[in-house]
Amino acid sequence: MKTPTPTPASASALTFLGMPTAPRGVGALRGDEPFPQAARRALADTQLRRNIANATGTIRRKRAAVVGELDDWAELRAAGAAVKDDVLAHLDQYLCQLEEQVTARGGTVHWARDANEANAIVTGLVRATGAQEVVKVKSMATQEIGLNEALAEAGISAWETDLAELIVQLGEDRPSHILVPAIHRNRAEIREIFLRRMGAAGGVPASPDLTDSPAALAEAARGHLRERFLRTRVAISGANFAVAETGTLAVVESEGNGRMCLTLPETLITVMGLEKIVPTWRDLEIFLQLLPRSSTGERMNPYTSFWTGITPGDGPREFHLVLLDNGRTATLADPAGRAALRCIRCSACLNVCPVYERTGGHAYGSIYPGPIGAVLSPQLTGVADNPSLPYASTLCGACLEACPVAIDIPSMLVHLRGRTVEQAGHEHPFERGVMKTAAWMMASPRRWSAALRMARLGRFLGRRRGRITLLPPPLAAWTTSRDLPLPPAETFRERWARRTEGGDR
Amino acid sequence: MRTWRRRGAGAGAPSAGPAAPSAGPTGPTGPTGPSAGPTIAARAEVLARVRTALGDRPEPAPVSRDYRLAGQGSASLPAGSARGAAVQVLVDRLLDYHALVRQVSVGGSGSGSAEPPGVAGAVAAALADRGVRRLVRPAGLPAPWLAGLAELAGQAGPAGQAGPAGQAGPAGQSEGVELLDDDAPLSVRDLDAADGVITGCVLAIAETGTIVLDGGPGQGRRALTLIPDYHLVVVREDQIVASVADAIAHLDGAGATRPLTWISGPSATSDIELNRVEGVHGPRTLEVIVVSAAVGQEPAA
Amino acid sequence: MRVALLVTCLVDGMFPDVGQATVAVLERLGHQVEVPLAQTCCGQMHINTGYRRDALRLVRRTVAAFEGYEAVVAPSGSCVGSVRHQYAGLAAARGDTGLAAAATDLAARTFELSEFLVNVLGVTDVGAHYPHRVTYHPTCHSLRMLGVGEAPLRLLRAVRGIQLEELPAAESCCGFGGTFALKNPDTSTAMLTDKIRGILDTRAEIITAGDSSCLMHIGGGLSRLRAGVRPVHLAEILASEPAKVA
Repeated sequence: MKTPTPTPASASALTFLGMPTAPRGVGALRGDEPFPQAARRALADTQLRRNIANATGTIRRKRAAVVGELDDWAELRAAGAAVKDDVLAHLDQYLCQLEEQVTARGGTVHWARDANEANAIVTGLVRATGAQEVVKVKSMATQEIGLNEALAEAGISAWETDLAELIVQLGEDRPSHILVPAIHRNRAEIREIFLRRMGAAGGVPASPDLTDSPAALAEAARGHLRERFLRTRVAISGANFAVAETGTLAVVESEGNGRMCLTLPETLITVMGLEKIVPTWRDLEIFLQLLPRSSTGERMNPYTSFWTGITPGDGPREFHLVLLDNGRTATLADPAGRAALRCIRCSACLNVCPVYERTGGHAYGSIYPGPIGAVLSPQLTGVADNPSLPYASTLCGACLEACPVAIDIPSMLVHLRGRTVEQAGHEHPFERGVMKTAAWMMASPRRWSAALRMARLGRFLGRRRGRITLLPPPLAAWTTSRDLPLPPAETFRERWARRTEGGDR
Repeated sequence: MRTWRRRGAGAGAPSAGPAAPSAGPTGPTGPTGPSAGPTIAARAEVLARVRTALGDRPEPAPVSRDYRLAGQGSASLPAGSARGAAVQVLVDRLLDYHALVRQVSVGGSGSGSAEPPGVAGAVAAALADRGVRRLVRPAGLPAPWLAGLAELAGQAGPAGQAGPAGQAGPAGQSEGVELLDDDAPLSVRDLDAADGVITGCVLAIAETGTIVLDGGPGQGRRALTLIPDYHLVVVREDQIVASVADAIAHLDGAGATRPLTWISGPSATSDIELNRVEGVHGPRTLEVIVVSAAVGQEPAA
Repeated sequence: MRVALLVTCLVDGMFPDVGQATVAVLERLGHQVEVPLAQTCCGQMHINTGYRRDALRLVRRTVAAFEGYEAVVAPSGSCVGSVRHQYAGLAAARGDTGLAAAATDLAARTFELSEFLVNVLGVTDVGAHYPHRVTYHPTCHSLRMLGVGEAPLRLLRAVRGIQLEELPAAESCCGFGGTFALKNPDTSTAMLTDKIRGILDTRAEIITAGDSSCLMHIGGGLSRLRAGVRPVHLAEILASEPAKVA
């Protein structure tokens, strides 16, 4: 940058000094429209539904096979949950311990209250190196804070190097899955994006005779990024785990792009959510079994890198760790919701979710989609900002079953629905009226019996066909795709009263 | 372009909340990057928020480690498994990842320090099959491993140690292999121009088919095993542990703070329709020579 | 055993035959069944839609209505799930420790029909006769919240004359989800469509399940398609006898 200008991202940094409670997170955590509307558009895209159903079906089978191999999975899962609960219960101590260890081993720790502050810190660090481009390892935290956009506004190009992130970046698209952000794209679409965009993006262009075989596509990505890896001086990563007792960070990956970013540049900047800590090195024996098997359905992912501060002669000479709050402390404050911070971002819950399988990730608005997104995003932003997400589930429970750290997502969704009604219920006055009236009627057997007699009038709605095919609001949505049987001529309690002549009790 | 509604995030967009000047921009104030002031304020505030959030003083259940601990084997390799079982599980996992595997069985020479000639033969054969001409050699690599190379043209000092030792190379091994030593660090361009790298390891995990490098003797710094497209690893049977818990226990203490790389097969991706494809940015070919002691012999130390 | 029937509001108002069938099965096994008419609705819909304060009135009423019975049985996995897994927590969160204790007590006595028959009474053959081609959908709350496991299938396998067909992707949710069906009608319908495809693939005449709510959703979709497959609650199959079959 020849003419440094004030960083707009930092100039607009939100601060909440003096606020009594932890503030809500900012960044890519909200959509433009409520889930039901966004889902409707996604559902109309049959190609998308096929792509996602194929991919999630594949990964479900692989996960089930490798999880089934371990005879102590239940014990590992319980231990994983307990370790994370311990981290959350003593988060302040572990954060200080981590900071101390990283600093002692030559790293620098930064604290960011929210997305804007984190972006400003990273932008400042990159500028200080004089670099105008950075390579990035796939990181949910930097997606969450919109770091690439903030860097672009500061004139710094950020290149995603994970294959799926590259597909998303080249396609000017949005991630739709935690593990595989381009899960909504099939091989033919990926080939088309590579042919069209690789040259324009400044890297090595794709060969015109590129085929759509996954091996050829992976090869094209290798060619496109290789030179960039070898020359770039600054890398930005997330972290899967940070060990408080040693200051060790871990990144779990497959392609080697992570190793490239963590090893070759002179400066490494890692942005990490506060909750990524594990207390001891030994705790990794749990998570390094839970994560790969739940995530990619492998016994172990191809590459895991661990680094502790700076190692002279091996890897970056400068290491910065940015600890990100951005709504995490607000999440921590809810005893019935804080377990969402156990999440290790494996995405097993997405892969088993029947709603996610139909709608894909974009419908959730937030970069955290699927069941975990439906409990995490509204907590990071405050439920008033994401009021439709807690309802984006049938509460079928498949997510809880798959979660390697046993987050009770269904119960948490129900809890967040309660918070939504209590904090943002005014947005649905009609529903509120119906629910309150129903509760009033049902609170008395006499009123309830009367209501059922009234409902019998519904028999007229379908008297010609013997079934009801069109209901008035608020039940009209039912009959868009479903009939309703006629109410019976006699309710159960009427029959029973007749049988027992005068009723029972 | 991304179309999220990013409340207050990102520049240009007016911020949705008040920008309090006290905590102000954390932008650069000099060549060293952000000033310390805001980050100290941020640190204090984040920690205060955490403590406020934990006002209910949660007391989670203690961690009960009743899963298989270090020393208790694994589902595929129960404690007390027969000798050699670990090798078989490791090989099975490596093949599943589409790594290349050569198994060498060596008799004890009676001398614990001498590397068995079987390894040298396997190394030579592997390099010949691969057609490696320029091989990166990390410091501390046991010299006898390269004793099977017919002809060497290493420029660096200790190359002579790995010179022809009299054994005939395998058929087809007629051309020399140039050894690239990292004593004066090789540049990324040098590494990119190499055909492969040979290393040992600190340990290997049978259950998951994982090879662990810690930058110790015979392994080199991390870039050496990353940039060349072919990585040949020698694993001795006595380096194989059963489980992830065993590996973590071995590395606990000083080992944990070394730069560690855990490698499970060649580089791969599942990003296209969630199908695994080998070969992206890391070495596209991983070849492993697993060295067992012959029956009745202890593995070479 | 003195057994109380938690009939559920949906069965009471819409599917009285299911309630009658549940009573018939229990009586056939020699149990005295009572129906406390003080019951109305368990409050599950209110809880799961977020109306906790309103739900609490219904929780209180339900807990009181079933006080003193040895066993409470319902032809619904999701209502039992609510009693067993949501009541006490809801009461405790509202600071009503007395209600929470009473709810915990009720939770231990409340059973879904199939788990009551198989796991509590130890019965799998209830003497039913049902000469039809049937496929079974394990509803999510029975399957994952209660963990009824194989109980419904063991009961069905013991039914004489039945031809049981395995449902493909049986454990996938049908898309009902209570108010989900109204709040997210498009996603709900997409899930229903796949469930119906699986049902039609079995060529069954009858789709059965342990929850009238899910069956109302599935049956409503089948009816709209004029598919000719009828939804029949598990209790109705178990209650059927040779004499009643035409």
